[in-house]
Amino acid sequence: MISVNDLLVMLPELYLTAAACLVLLFDVFINDDQRDATHWVATIVMVVAIFLVIHGQTPQTVTAFGGMFIRDHMAEILKVTVMIATILMFVLARPWLKDRKLFVGEFYSLSMFSVLGVMLLVSAGSLITVYLGLELFSLPAYALVAMNRESKLASEAAIKFFVLGALASGLLLFGMSLIYGATGTLDLHRIFLAIGTTSHLHLLEFGLVFLVVGIGFEFGAVPFHMWLPDVYEGAPTPIAMYISAVPKLAAVGLAYRLLEVGMGPLAMDWRVMLAIMAALSLVVGNVVAIAQTNFKRMLAYSTISHMGFVFLALSNPTPEGYSSAVFYAVCFALMETVAFGVILALSRKGFECEMIADLKGLNHRSPWFAGMMAISMFSLAGIPPLWGFAAKVLVLKAAIDGGMLWLAIVAIICAIIGLFYYLRVVKVMYFDAPVAGTEPLVAKPDLAARWLLSINALGLIAMIAGSGVFYSWCLAAFGA
Amino acid sequence: MSIPESWYIVFATVLFCISIAGIFINRKNVIVLLMCIELMLLAVNTNFVAFSRFLGNPGGQVFVFFILTVAAAESAIGLAIVVLMFRNRRTINVGELDSLRY
Repeated sequence: MISVNDLLVMLPELYLTAAACLVLLFDVFINDDQRDATHWVATIVMVVAIFLVIHGQTPQTVTAFGGMFIRDHMAEILKVTVMIATILMFVLARPWLKDRKLFVGEFYSLSMFSVLGVMLLVSAGSLITVYLGLELFSLPAYALVAMNRESKLASEAAIKFFVLGALASGLLLFGMSLIYGATGTLDLHRIFLAIGTTSHLHLLEFGLVFLVVGIGFEFGAVPFHMWLPDVYEGAPTPIAMYISAVPKLAAVGLAYRLLEVGMGPLAMDWRVMLAIMAALSLVVGNVVAIAQTNFKRMLAYSTISHMGFVFLALSNPTPEGYSSAVFYAVCFALMETVAFGVILALSRKGFECEMIADLKGLNHRSPWFAGMMAISMFSLAGIPPLWGFAAKVLVLKAAIDGGMLWLAIVAIICAIIGLFYYLRVVKVMYFDAPVAGTEPLVAKPDLAARWLLSINALGLIAMIAGSGVFYSWCLAAFGA
Repeated sequence: MSIPESWYIVFATVLFCISIAGIFINRKNVIVLLMCIELMLLAVNTNFVAFSRFLGNPGGQVFVFFILTVAAAESAIGLAIVVLMFRNRRTINVGELDSLRY
Protein backbone atom coordinates (compact mmCIF):
# COMPACT_ATOMS: atom_id res chain seq x y z
CA MET A 1 0.00 0.00 0.00
CA ILE A 2 1.07 3.55 -0.65
CA SER A 3 0.93 5.67 2.46
CA VAL A 4 1.16 9.43 2.82
CA ASN A 5 4.59 8.95 4.35
CA ASP A 6 5.82 7.49 1.07
CA LEU A 7 4.83 10.69 -0.68
CA LEU A 8 6.62 12.78 1.94
CA VAL A 9 9.82 10.80 1.45
CA MET A 10 9.94 11.83 -2.19
CA LEU A 11 8.69 15.37 -1.62
CA PRO A 12 11.59 17.07 -3.49
CA GLU A 13 10.93 14.92 -6.55
CA LEU A 14 7.18 15.54 -6.48
CA TYR A 15 7.81 19.24 -6.03
CA LEU A 16 10.20 19.36 -8.97
CA THR A 17 7.77 17.42 -11.19
CA ALA A 18 5.00 19.90 -10.48
CA ALA A 19 7.33 22.89 -10.74
CA ALA A 20 8.80 21.78 -14.09
CA CYS A 21 5.30 21.38 -15.54
CA LEU A 22 4.31 24.79 -14.17
CA VAL A 23 7.41 26.46 -15.61
CA LEU A 24 6.52 24.95 -19.00
CA LEU A 25 2.99 26.29 -18.66
CA PHE A 26 4.12 29.66 -17.33
CA ASP A 27 6.39 30.14 -20.31
CA VAL A 28 3.48 29.72 -22.73
CA PHE A 29 1.73 32.78 -21.31
CA ILE A 30 4.55 35.30 -21.53
CA ASN A 31 6.05 37.22 -24.45
CA ASP A 32 9.50 36.61 -25.83
CA ASP A 33 10.86 39.80 -24.27
CA GLN A 34 9.68 38.72 -20.81
CA ARG A 35 11.59 35.46 -20.92
CA ASP A 36 13.85 36.61 -18.08
CA ALA A 37 10.89 35.86 -15.81
CA THR A 38 11.02 32.18 -16.80
CA HIS A 39 14.73 32.20 -16.12
CA TRP A 40 14.37 33.54 -12.59
CA VAL A 41 11.37 31.37 -11.78
CA ALA A 42 13.28 28.27 -12.91
CA THR A 43 16.35 29.29 -10.91
CA ILE A 44 14.33 29.95 -7.76
CA VAL A 45 12.52 26.62 -8.20
CA MET A 46 15.88 24.86 -8.21
CA VAL A 47 17.07 26.76 -5.13
CA VAL A 48 13.90 25.77 -3.28
CA ALA A 49 14.42 22.16 -4.39
CA ILE A 50 17.89 22.23 -2.78
CA PHE A 51 16.31 23.44 0.47
CA LEU A 52 13.68 20.71 0.31
CA VAL A 53 16.33 18.02 -0.11
CA ILE A 54 18.43 19.37 2.76
CA HIS A 55 15.43 20.07 4.98
CA GLY A 56 13.96 16.61 4.48
CA GLN A 57 17.07 14.71 5.38
CA THR A 58 17.01 12.25 8.25
CA PRO A 59 19.91 10.53 9.97
CA GLN A 60 18.83 7.10 8.81
CA THR A 61 18.05 5.73 5.36
CA VAL A 62 14.36 5.91 4.45
CA THR A 63 12.66 3.81 1.80
CA ALA A 64 9.30 4.33 0.14
CA PHE A 65 6.96 2.47 -2.21
CA GLY A 66 7.99 -0.95 -1.00
CA GLY A 67 11.70 -0.28 -1.39
CA MET A 68 11.52 1.15 -4.91
CA PHE A 69 12.70 4.54 -3.74
CA ILE A 70 15.60 4.98 -1.30
CA ARG A 71 16.55 8.24 0.32
CA ASP A 72 19.99 8.13 1.86
CA HIS A 73 22.86 10.56 2.34
CA MET A 74 24.62 9.52 -0.86
CA ALA A 75 21.50 10.35 -2.88
CA GLU A 76 21.16 13.67 -1.06
CA ILE A 77 24.77 14.71 -1.70
CA LEU A 78 24.46 13.85 -5.39
CA LYS A 79 21.07 15.56 -5.75
CA VAL A 80 22.27 18.79 -4.16
CA THR A 81 25.37 18.87 -6.37
CA VAL A 82 23.33 18.19 -9.51
CA MET A 83 21.02 21.06 -8.63
CA ILE A 84 23.92 23.41 -7.89
CA ALA A 85 25.45 22.55 -11.28
CA THR A 86 22.08 23.14 -12.98
CA ILE A 87 21.65 26.53 -11.31
CA LEU A 88 25.16 27.45 -12.46
CA MET A 89 24.22 26.39 -15.98
CA PHE A 90 21.00 28.45 -15.90
CA VAL A 91 22.73 31.62 -14.76
CA LEU A 92 25.92 31.29 -16.85
CA ALA A 93 24.03 30.28 -19.99
CA ARG A 94 21.57 33.19 -20.07
CA PRO A 95 23.75 35.79 -21.89
CA TRP A 96 25.03 33.10 -24.27
CA LEU A 97 21.53 31.89 -25.13
CA LYS A 98 20.25 35.45 -25.63
CA ASP A 99 23.01 36.23 -28.11
CA ARG A 100 22.09 33.22 -30.21
CA LYS A 101 18.29 33.50 -30.14
CA LEU A 102 18.20 30.24 -28.18
CA PHE A 103 16.73 31.84 -25.07
CA VAL A 104 13.58 29.70 -24.99
CA GLY A 105 11.40 28.30 -22.23
CA GLU A 106 11.94 24.67 -23.24
CA PHE A 107 15.56 24.95 -22.18
CA TYR A 108 14.48 25.40 -18.57
CA SER A 109 11.72 22.80 -18.42
CA LEU A 110 13.76 20.17 -20.27
CA SER A 111 16.70 20.73 -17.91
CA MET A 112 14.43 20.42 -14.91
CA PHE A 113 12.93 17.15 -16.16
CA SER A 114 16.42 15.88 -16.78
CA VAL A 115 17.44 16.78 -13.22
CA LEU A 116 14.33 14.98 -11.99
CA GLY A 117 15.53 11.87 -13.82
CA VAL A 118 18.89 12.09 -12.05
CA MET A 119 17.12 12.44 -8.70
CA LEU A 120 15.10 9.29 -9.33
CA LEU A 121 18.13 7.43 -10.62
CA VAL A 122 20.34 8.10 -7.61
CA SER A 123 17.47 7.15 -5.27
CA ALA A 124 16.47 4.00 -7.14
CA GLY A 125 15.79 0.87 -5.13
CA SER A 126 14.58 -1.35 -7.94
CA LEU A 127 15.59 -2.10 -11.50
CA ILE A 128 12.41 -0.38 -12.76
CA THR A 129 13.27 2.87 -10.97
CA VAL A 130 16.85 2.69 -12.24
CA TYR A 131 15.63 2.35 -15.83
CA LEU A 132 12.95 5.02 -15.58
CA GLY A 133 15.32 7.49 -13.91
CA LEU A 134 17.96 6.86 -16.54
CA GLU A 135 15.54 7.44 -19.41
CA LEU A 136 13.91 10.46 -17.79
CA PHE A 137 17.37 11.91 -17.45
CA SER A 138 18.60 11.09 -20.98
CA LEU A 139 15.57 11.82 -23.16
CA PRO A 140 15.49 15.55 -22.32
CA ALA A 141 19.28 15.60 -22.64
CA TYR A 142 19.06 14.37 -26.26
CA ALA A 143 16.59 17.15 -27.02
CA LEU A 144 18.79 19.73 -25.29
CA VAL A 145 21.81 18.76 -27.40
CA ALA A 146 19.71 19.32 -30.54
CA MET A 147 18.40 22.61 -29.18
CA ASN A 148 20.24 24.74 -31.73
CA ARG A 149 18.09 23.75 -34.69
CA GLU A 150 20.17 25.59 -37.29
CA SER A 151 23.45 23.91 -36.41
CA LYS A 152 24.66 20.96 -38.46
CA LEU A 153 27.15 19.99 -35.79
CA ALA A 154 24.50 20.01 -33.04
CA SER A 155 22.17 17.71 -34.98
CA GLU A 156 25.01 15.33 -35.70
CA ALA A 157 26.05 15.35 -32.06
CA ALA A 158 22.43 14.75 -31.04
CA ILE A 159 21.97 11.73 -33.30
CA LYS A 160 25.23 10.20 -32.11
CA PHE A 161 24.33 10.85 -28.48
CA PHE A 162 20.87 9.41 -29.06
CA VAL A 163 21.95 6.21 -30.80
CA LEU A 164 24.74 5.43 -28.35
CA GLY A 165 22.61 6.42 -25.35
CA ALA A 166 19.82 4.13 -26.53
CA LEU A 167 22.36 1.37 -27.15
CA ALA A 168 23.66 1.84 -23.60
CA SER A 169 20.22 1.63 -22.04
CA GLY A 170 19.45 -1.42 -24.21
CA LEU A 171 22.58 -3.18 -22.97
CA LEU A 172 21.75 -2.22 -19.40
CA LEU A 173 18.20 -3.56 -19.84
CA PHE A 174 19.40 -6.83 -21.32
CA GLY A 175 21.63 -7.28 -18.29
CA MET A 176 18.71 -6.45 -16.01
CA SER A 177 16.51 -9.05 -17.73
CA LEU A 178 19.14 -11.77 -17.21
CA ILE A 179 19.58 -10.80 -13.56
CA TYR A 180 15.82 -10.87 -13.12
CA GLY A 181 15.77 -14.32 -14.64
CA ALA A 182 18.50 -15.55 -12.31
CA THR A 183 17.15 -14.05 -9.09
CA GLY A 184 13.41 -13.74 -9.71
CA THR A 185 13.10 -10.22 -8.34
CA LEU A 186 13.48 -6.64 -9.53
CA ASP A 187 14.22 -5.22 -6.09
CA LEU A 188 17.92 -4.41 -5.70
CA HIS A 189 18.12 -5.46 -2.05
CA ARG A 190 16.34 -8.76 -2.75
CA ILE A 191 18.68 -9.37 -5.68
CA PHE A 192 21.56 -8.94 -3.23
CA LEU A 193 20.02 -11.55 -0.92
CA ALA A 194 19.06 -13.91 -3.75
CA ILE A 195 22.56 -14.07 -5.22
CA GLY A 196 23.72 -16.29 -2.35
CA THR A 197 21.05 -18.92 -3.03
CA THR A 198 20.64 -18.83 -6.80
CA SER A 199 21.62 -21.80 -8.92
CA HIS A 200 21.94 -19.71 -12.11
CA LEU A 201 25.32 -18.16 -11.41
CA HIS A 202 26.33 -18.11 -15.08
CA LEU A 203 23.21 -16.21 -16.08
CA LEU A 204 23.91 -13.76 -13.29
CA GLU A 205 27.52 -13.16 -14.32
CA PHE A 206 26.50 -12.79 -17.95
CA GLY A 207 23.98 -10.16 -16.88
CA LEU A 208 26.60 -8.45 -14.74
CA VAL A 209 28.85 -7.95 -17.79
CA PHE A 210 26.01 -6.16 -19.58
CA LEU A 211 25.38 -3.98 -16.53
CA VAL A 212 29.04 -2.98 -16.36
CA VAL A 213 29.08 -2.16 -20.09
CA GLY A 214 25.95 -0.02 -19.67
CA ILE A 215 27.53 1.80 -16.72
CA GLY A 216 30.71 2.29 -18.75
CA PHE A 217 28.65 3.96 -21.49
CA GLU A 218 27.00 6.29 -19.00
CA PHE A 219 30.35 7.36 -17.60
CA GLY A 220 31.98 7.55 -21.02
CA ALA A 221 34.79 5.25 -19.94
CA VAL A 222 37.11 3.72 -22.54
CA PRO A 223 36.21 1.63 -24.62
CA PHE A 224 32.69 3.08 -24.49
CA HIS A 225 33.73 6.71 -24.78
CA MET A 226 33.10 7.36 -28.50
CA TRP A 227 30.09 9.57 -27.97
CA LEU A 228 31.64 11.92 -25.43
CA PRO A 229 34.03 14.07 -27.53
CA ASP A 230 31.47 14.43 -30.33
CA VAL A 231 28.74 15.54 -27.95
CA TYR A 232 31.00 18.04 -26.19
CA GLU A 233 32.12 19.55 -29.48
CA GLY A 234 28.77 19.57 -31.25
CA ALA A 235 26.40 20.49 -28.44
CA PRO A 236 25.69 24.12 -27.51
CA THR A 237 28.28 25.11 -24.88
CA PRO A 238 25.83 25.39 -21.92
CA ILE A 239 24.51 21.92 -22.73
CA ALA A 240 28.06 20.60 -23.01
CA MET A 241 28.57 22.04 -19.51
CA TYR A 242 25.49 20.16 -18.30
CA ILE A 243 26.56 16.91 -20.01
CA SER A 244 30.04 17.24 -18.52
CA ALA A 245 28.85 17.66 -14.93
CA VAL A 246 25.47 16.09 -14.25
CA PRO A 247 25.59 12.65 -15.96
CA LYS A 248 28.83 11.84 -14.15
CA LEU A 249 27.17 12.40 -10.78
CA ALA A 250 24.19 10.35 -11.91
CA ALA A 251 26.48 7.58 -13.11
CA VAL A 252 28.19 7.34 -9.71
CA GLY A 253 24.76 6.85 -8.15
CA LEU A 254 23.86 4.32 -10.86
CA ALA A 255 27.07 2.36 -10.34
CA TYR A 256 26.64 2.28 -6.56
CA ARG A 257 23.01 1.20 -6.71
CA LEU A 258 23.46 -1.51 -9.32
CA LEU A 259 26.88 -2.84 -8.39
CA GLU A 260 26.96 -2.50 -4.61
CA VAL A 261 23.33 -2.49 -3.49
CA GLY A 262 22.32 -5.06 -6.11
CA MET A 263 25.34 -7.09 -7.17
CA GLY A 264 27.47 -6.65 -4.04
CA PRO A 265 28.22 -10.37 -3.53
CA LEU A 266 29.82 -10.46 -7.00
CA ALA A 267 32.19 -7.59 -6.16
CA MET A 268 35.24 -9.71 -6.92
CA ASP A 269 34.01 -10.08 -10.51
CA TRP A 270 33.02 -6.51 -11.28
CA ARG A 271 35.92 -4.79 -9.59
CA VAL A 272 38.31 -6.33 -12.11
CA MET A 273 36.18 -5.08 -15.02
CA LEU A 274 36.06 -1.59 -13.53
CA ALA A 275 39.80 -1.62 -12.91
CA ILE A 276 40.51 -2.47 -16.55
CA MET A 277 38.18 0.30 -17.75
CA ALA A 278 39.86 2.68 -15.30
CA ALA A 279 43.33 1.93 -16.66
CA LEU A 280 42.19 2.27 -20.29
CA SER A 281 40.35 5.53 -19.61
CA LEU A 282 43.32 7.04 -17.81
CA VAL A 283 45.75 6.20 -20.60
CA VAL A 284 43.54 6.94 -23.64
CA GLY A 285 41.95 10.07 -22.16
CA ASN A 286 45.20 11.72 -21.17
CA VAL A 287 47.19 10.79 -24.27
CA VAL A 288 44.52 11.74 -26.82
CA ALA A 289 43.77 15.03 -25.03
CA ILE A 290 47.32 16.18 -25.80
CA ALA A 291 46.60 16.12 -29.54
CA GLN A 292 43.46 18.29 -29.35
CA THR A 293 43.22 21.84 -30.66
CA ASN A 294 39.54 22.31 -29.86
CA PHE A 295 39.15 23.30 -26.21
CA LYS A 296 35.79 21.56 -25.75
CA ARG A 297 37.13 18.36 -27.30
CA MET A 298 40.19 18.56 -25.05
CA LEU A 299 37.89 18.86 -22.04
CA ALA A 300 36.02 15.79 -23.31
CA TYR A 301 39.17 13.68 -23.33
CA SER A 302 40.14 15.11 -19.96
CA THR A 303 36.68 14.04 -18.74
CA ILE A 304 37.40 10.51 -19.96
CA SER A 305 40.63 10.46 -17.96
CA HIS A 306 38.82 11.77 -14.87
CA MET A 307 36.25 9.00 -15.26
CA GLY A 308 39.24 6.69 -15.03
CA PHE A 309 39.85 8.11 -11.55
CA VAL A 310 36.20 7.60 -10.57
CA PHE A 311 36.39 3.98 -11.76
CA LEU A 312 39.62 3.58 -9.83
CA ALA A 313 37.73 4.63 -6.72
CA LEU A 314 34.69 2.46 -7.49
CA SER A 315 36.83 -0.61 -8.09
CA ASN A 316 37.37 -0.75 -4.32
CA PRO A 317 34.14 -2.08 -2.85
CA THR A 318 34.71 -0.40 0.52
CA PRO A 319 33.06 2.67 2.09
CA GLU A 320 36.34 4.54 1.44
CA GLY A 321 36.20 3.61 -2.25
CA TYR A 322 32.59 4.73 -2.71
CA SER A 323 32.95 7.91 -0.71
CA SER A 324 36.07 8.96 -2.60
CA ALA A 325 34.16 8.29 -5.85
CA VAL A 326 31.35 10.57 -4.74
CA PHE A 327 33.87 13.16 -3.55
CA TYR A 328 35.69 13.01 -6.88
CA ALA A 329 32.51 13.28 -8.97
CA VAL A 330 31.23 16.26 -6.97
CA CYS A 331 34.59 18.01 -7.19
CA PHE A 332 34.90 17.22 -10.90
CA ALA A 333 31.44 18.60 -11.69
CA LEU A 334 32.24 21.91 -9.99
CA MET A 335 35.61 22.19 -11.79
CA GLU A 336 33.99 21.61 -15.18
CA THR A 337 31.40 24.33 -14.56
CA VAL A 338 34.23 26.84 -14.12
CA ALA A 339 36.05 25.77 -17.31
CA PHE A 340 32.87 25.85 -19.38
CA GLY A 341 31.64 28.98 -17.61
CA VAL A 342 34.73 30.93 -18.70
CA ILE A 343 34.41 29.94 -22.35
CA LEU A 344 30.68 30.74 -22.18
CA ALA A 345 31.55 34.18 -20.88
CA LEU A 346 34.18 34.78 -23.55
CA SER A 347 31.91 33.79 -26.43
CA ARG A 348 29.58 36.39 -27.86
CA LYS A 349 27.42 37.05 -30.86
CA GLY A 350 29.06 35.62 -33.96
CA PHE A 351 32.09 34.32 -32.06
CA GLU A 352 32.47 31.00 -30.30
CA CYS A 353 35.44 30.70 -27.99
CA GLU A 354 36.13 27.05 -28.77
CA MET A 355 39.70 26.57 -29.88
CA ILE A 356 42.60 26.61 -27.43
CA ALA A 357 44.15 29.27 -29.69
CA ASP A 358 41.15 31.54 -29.00
CA LEU A 359 42.46 31.92 -25.44
CA LYS A 360 45.78 33.41 -26.57
CA GLY A 361 46.79 36.42 -24.51
CA LEU A 362 43.65 36.25 -22.39
CA ASN A 363 45.58 37.59 -19.42
CA HIS A 364 46.15 40.92 -21.17
CA ARG A 365 42.50 41.36 -22.07
CA SER A 366 40.75 39.96 -19.05
CA PRO A 367 43.02 38.94 -16.16
CA TRP A 368 40.16 37.86 -13.90
CA PHE A 369 38.74 35.39 -16.41
CA ALA A 370 42.24 34.14 -17.21
CA GLY A 371 42.75 33.64 -13.48
CA MET A 372 39.55 31.65 -13.10
CA MET A 373 40.40 29.47 -16.08
CA ALA A 374 43.87 28.91 -14.58
CA ILE A 375 42.32 27.88 -11.24
CA SER A 376 40.07 25.42 -13.06
CA MET A 377 42.94 23.98 -15.11
CA PHE A 378 45.24 23.63 -12.08
CA SER A 379 42.43 22.02 -10.13
CA LEU A 380 41.66 19.57 -12.95
CA ALA A 381 45.35 18.75 -13.12
CA GLY A 382 45.37 18.13 -9.37
CA ILE A 383 47.90 20.73 -8.25
CA PRO A 384 48.11 21.04 -4.44
CA PRO A 385 46.33 24.05 -3.00
CA LEU A 386 43.19 23.28 -5.00
CA TRP A 387 40.21 21.02 -4.49
CA GLY A 388 41.04 18.68 -7.36
CA PHE A 389 44.21 17.71 -5.50
CA ALA A 390 42.25 16.57 -2.44
CA ALA A 391 39.96 14.49 -4.64
CA LYS A 392 42.88 12.77 -6.36
CA VAL A 393 44.64 12.06 -3.06
CA LEU A 394 41.53 10.49 -1.53
CA VAL A 395 40.96 8.27 -4.58
CA LEU A 396 44.60 7.16 -4.63
CA LYS A 397 44.53 6.45 -0.90
CA ALA A 398 41.37 4.36 -1.23
CA ALA A 399 42.91 2.49 -4.16
CA ILE A 400 46.16 1.72 -2.35
CA ASP A 401 44.30 0.64 0.80
CA GLY A 402 42.07 -1.54 -1.37
CA GLY A 403 45.03 -3.38 -2.88
CA MET A 404 44.97 -1.66 -6.28
CA LEU A 405 48.54 -0.42 -6.08
CA TRP A 406 49.36 -1.06 -9.77
CA LEU A 407 46.35 0.94 -10.86
CA ALA A 408 47.24 3.79 -8.51
CA ILE A 409 50.70 3.93 -10.10
CA VAL A 410 49.13 4.02 -13.59
CA ALA A 411 46.85 6.83 -12.39
CA ILE A 412 49.75 8.90 -11.06
CA ILE A 413 51.76 8.50 -14.28
CA CYS A 414 48.72 9.44 -16.35
CA ALA A 415 47.99 12.46 -14.16
CA ILE A 416 51.54 13.67 -14.84
CA ILE A 417 51.00 13.22 -18.59
CA GLY A 418 47.73 15.11 -18.17
CA LEU A 419 49.54 18.07 -16.65
CA PHE A 420 50.94 18.83 -20.08
CA TYR A 421 47.69 19.81 -21.74
CA TYR A 422 46.29 21.65 -18.74
CA LEU A 423 49.45 23.70 -18.41
CA ARG A 424 49.41 24.37 -22.17
CA VAL A 425 46.12 26.21 -21.73
CA VAL A 426 47.68 28.27 -18.93
CA LYS A 427 50.71 28.98 -21.10
CA VAL A 428 48.53 30.08 -24.03
CA MET A 429 46.62 32.45 -21.75
CA TYR A 430 49.58 34.01 -19.97
CA PHE A 431 52.59 33.83 -22.28
CA ASP A 432 51.26 33.92 -25.83
CA ALA A 433 50.63 37.19 -27.60
CA PRO A 434 47.17 37.48 -29.10
CA VAL A 435 47.17 36.82 -32.84
CA ALA A 436 47.08 40.12 -34.73
CA GLY A 437 43.92 40.69 -36.72
CA THR A 438 41.71 38.39 -34.70
CA GLU A 439 38.68 39.80 -32.98
CA PRO A 440 39.42 41.08 -29.49
CA LEU A 441 38.23 38.98 -26.58
CA VAL A 442 35.95 40.97 -24.36
CA ALA A 443 34.33 39.22 -21.48
CA LYS A 444 31.08 40.92 -20.58
CA PRO A 445 28.62 38.51 -19.05
CA ASP A 446 25.87 39.86 -16.89
CA LEU A 447 26.46 40.58 -13.24
CA ALA A 448 24.83 37.42 -11.84
CA ALA A 449 26.87 35.20 -14.14
CA ARG A 450 30.10 37.02 -13.26
CA TRP A 451 29.52 36.71 -9.52
CA LEU A 452 28.42 33.10 -9.61
CA LEU A 453 31.35 32.08 -11.77
CA SER A 454 33.76 33.88 -9.42
CA ILE A 455 32.25 32.19 -6.38
CA ASN A 456 32.50 28.83 -8.14
CA ALA A 457 36.17 29.41 -9.02
CA LEU A 458 37.13 30.71 -5.58
CA GLY A 459 35.22 27.80 -4.09
CA LEU A 460 37.72 25.47 -5.71
CA ILE A 461 40.42 27.10 -3.58
CA ALA A 462 38.33 27.45 -0.43
CA MET A 463 37.04 23.89 -0.53
CA ILE A 464 40.49 22.48 0.09
CA ALA A 465 39.88 23.59 3.69
CA GLY A 466 36.43 21.98 3.72
CA SER A 467 37.63 18.74 2.19
CA GLY A 468 37.91 16.94 5.50
CA VAL A 469 34.37 17.82 6.54
CA PHE A 470 32.96 16.95 3.14
CA TYR A 471 34.81 13.66 3.05
CA SER A 472 33.47 12.73 6.45
CA TRP A 473 29.93 13.39 5.15
CA CYS A 474 30.66 11.11 2.21
CA LEU A 475 32.03 8.43 4.54
CA ALA A 476 28.99 8.73 6.79
CA ALA A 477 26.77 8.28 3.74
CA PHE A 478 28.29 4.86 3.21
CA GLY A 479 28.08 3.85 6.83
CA ALA A 480 31.73 4.14 7.82
CA MET B 1 5.14 -30.57 -25.13
CA SER B 2 5.65 -27.03 -23.93
CA ILE B 3 8.52 -24.87 -25.16
CA PRO B 4 11.38 -24.90 -22.60
CA GLU B 5 12.66 -21.71 -21.00
CA SER B 6 16.04 -21.90 -22.68
CA TRP B 7 14.48 -21.50 -26.14
CA TYR B 8 13.16 -18.12 -25.15
CA ILE B 9 16.54 -17.00 -23.88
CA VAL B 10 18.23 -18.18 -27.07
CA PHE B 11 15.58 -16.43 -29.18
CA ALA B 12 15.97 -13.17 -27.25
CA THR B 13 19.75 -13.37 -27.42
CA VAL B 14 19.64 -13.92 -31.19
CA LEU B 15 17.32 -10.92 -31.61
CA PHE B 16 19.63 -8.87 -29.42
CA CYS B 17 22.72 -9.85 -31.41
CA ILE B 18 20.97 -9.00 -34.70
CA SER B 19 20.14 -5.56 -33.39
CA ILE B 20 23.68 -4.89 -32.12
CA ALA B 21 25.10 -6.11 -35.44
CA GLY B 22 22.63 -3.86 -37.24
CA ILE B 23 23.79 -0.82 -35.29
CA PHE B 24 27.45 -1.45 -35.99
CA ILE B 25 27.31 -2.81 -39.57
CA ASN B 26 24.70 -0.40 -40.95
CA ARG B 27 26.37 2.45 -42.82
CA LYS B 28 23.39 3.58 -44.87
CA ASN B 29 20.42 4.92 -43.03
CA VAL B 30 19.70 6.39 -39.62
CA ILE B 31 16.13 5.02 -39.68
CA VAL B 32 17.62 1.51 -39.68
CA LEU B 33 19.48 2.45 -36.49
CA LEU B 34 16.18 3.39 -34.86
CA MET B 35 14.70 0.07 -35.97
CA CYS B 36 17.66 -1.77 -34.46
CA ILE B 37 17.15 0.05 -31.16
CA GLU B 38 13.49 -1.00 -31.14
CA LEU B 39 14.50 -4.58 -31.91
CA MET B 40 16.92 -4.52 -29.01
CA LEU B 41 14.18 -3.44 -26.62
CA LEU B 42 11.89 -6.16 -27.99
CA ALA B 43 14.57 -8.76 -27.30
CA VAL B 44 14.71 -7.52 -23.71
CA ASN B 45 10.91 -7.66 -23.48
CA THR B 46 10.85 -11.27 -24.69
CA ASN B 47 13.34 -12.14 -21.98
CA PHE B 48 11.35 -10.40 -19.27
CA VAL B 49 8.04 -11.96 -20.28
CA ALA B 50 9.53 -15.44 -20.56
CA PHE B 51 11.28 -15.21 -17.18
CA SER B 52 8.18 -13.73 -15.61
CA ARG B 53 6.07 -16.65 -16.88
CA PHE B 54 8.50 -19.32 -15.74
CA LEU B 55 9.22 -17.73 -12.36
CA GLY B 56 5.52 -17.10 -11.73
CA ASN B 57 6.39 -13.50 -10.81
CA PRO B 58 4.41 -10.67 -12.45
CA GLY B 59 7.16 -8.05 -11.90
CA GLY B 60 8.82 -8.75 -15.24
CA GLN B 61 5.62 -8.18 -17.17
CA VAL B 62 5.06 -4.88 -15.38
CA PHE B 63 8.58 -3.86 -16.37
CA VAL B 64 7.71 -4.66 -19.99
CA PHE B 65 4.88 -2.10 -19.93
CA PHE B 66 7.34 0.54 -18.77
CA ILE B 67 9.87 -0.43 -21.43
CA LEU B 68 7.22 -0.23 -24.17
CA THR B 69 6.13 3.21 -23.02
CA VAL B 70 9.65 4.56 -22.77
CA ALA B 71 10.49 3.03 -26.17
CA ALA B 72 7.64 5.03 -27.71
CA ALA B 73 8.96 8.25 -26.18
CA GLU B 74 12.47 7.35 -27.23
CA SER B 75 11.56 6.78 -30.87
CA ALA B 76 9.58 10.03 -30.90
CA ILE B 77 12.70 11.92 -29.84
CA GLY B 78 14.88 9.89 -32.21
CA LEU B 79 12.66 10.60 -35.21
CA ALA B 80 12.52 14.29 -34.30
CA ILE B 81 16.32 14.41 -34.29
CA VAL B 82 16.41 12.57 -37.65
CA VAL B 83 14.03 15.14 -39.16
CA LEU B 84 16.22 17.93 -37.78
CA MET B 85 19.28 16.30 -39.27
CA PHE B 86 17.62 15.92 -42.65
CA ARG B 87 16.63 19.61 -42.65
CA ASN B 88 20.16 20.70 -41.83
CA ARG B 89 22.16 18.32 -43.96
CA ARG B 90 19.74 17.02 -46.64
CA THR B 91 20.84 13.46 -45.90
CA ILE B 92 20.25 10.79 -43.30
CA ASN B 93 23.15 8.67 -44.44
CA VAL B 94 25.16 7.34 -41.49
CA GLY B 95 28.36 7.34 -43.56
CA GLU B 96 28.09 11.10 -44.05
CA LEU B 97 27.94 11.81 -40.32
CA ASP B 98 31.58 12.76 -40.25
CA SER B 99 31.91 16.45 -39.46
CA LEU B 100 32.69 15.62 -35.83
CA ARG B 101 35.75 13.49 -35.71
CA TYR B 102 39.19 13.61 -34.34
